[in-house]
Amino acid sequence: MSQANSTAAVTSVWSGGRSPYAVNSKKFGMWLFVISDALTFSAMLMAYTYVRLSTPNWPTPFHFSPSIIFSTVMTFCLLSSSLTMVMGVHAMNHGNRKAAVAWILATMAGGAAFVVLHLTEWLNLINNEHVTPFSNEWGVPLFGGTFFALTGLHMTHVVIGLIYLGIIAFAVGRGKFKAEDVEVSGLYWHFVDLVWMFIFPLVYLMSAKI
Amino acid sequence: MSAHTETMEPVSGATTKTFLYVWFALLFMTGVEVFLAYEQIPVLIFLTALVGLSVIKAALIIAYFMHLKFEKLSLFLTLFPMLILCIILMLLIFMPDSNRLMMMRPR
Repeated sequence: MSQANSTAAVTSVWSGGRSPYAVNSKKFGMWLFVISDALTFSAMLMAYTYVRLSTPNWPTPFHFSPSIIFSTVMTFCLLSSSLTMVMGVHAMNHGNRKAAVAWILATMAGGAAFVVLHLTEWLNLINNEHVTPFSNEWGVPLFGGTFFALTGLHMTHVVIGLIYLGIIAFAVGRGKFKAEDVEVSGLYWHFVDLVWMFIFPLVYLMSAKI
Repeated sequence: MSAHTETMEPVSGATTKTFLYVWFALLFMTGVEVFLAYEQIPVLIFLTALVGLSVIKAALIIAYFMHLKFEKLSLFLTLFPMLILCIILMLLIFMPDSNRLMMMRPR
């Protein structure tokens, strides 16, 4: 018996039959997706910074009002929605489904506010600063191209996250799904928040007009 | 196909208070970033400060909100070193080239 125990003790965690990471497969899958998506956003941020550094007359159309104020409030919305999401996961881990649904709905409200503010900011740029993905009055079309591609991809992620969280909230409210499912959706949402922590300073603050 | 165990460890991690502290820290650092944007400081120092603060904010989100601080070290070692390596490679390859393009422009 003791020999069997000692054999089990020296068996590597990598020898199969159990998860070496001590996480369920859904969570591990989401982590892999998050890492691959992080590489996508890294490449896009790199492309934006590349053309920015190599262009001497890079436009700085982001006035304090409304652009910087809007983008700061958008950051606040996303950070707060991450807090509510983590509270939702916390509630679900403690078996409180009703509170979990309420927290997830609060997260969705933060995300929806972000999308509305971002679209308003886009319209301000298009209508008042005459920036489109293909041209602008400074003669630097790459500004619009990289700006709309980067922020557009991020906004798409936020919208997909809202749909994802809506499905999770609906299912949790009906007594379906487990705590791990809410946690996995939380991983996605926090990642969307994390990406904005780089877009906000590198795109908005670096092009702020005093 | 071998039976794969899906057992989870007991729930552990940060408390509600910790989440609130992290949230306040993230908001504070965002405020510092906006403040710096309107201060007359050299661009290189400004850029370094912004990227530094962003990396700290990202680390806080990953560690506490995404719970990685409470996962096994093997998960971190599987996921992050290659991500960091790829980002460093992109920086090393593209950033000097963008500077070269700038220098090659006719004056």
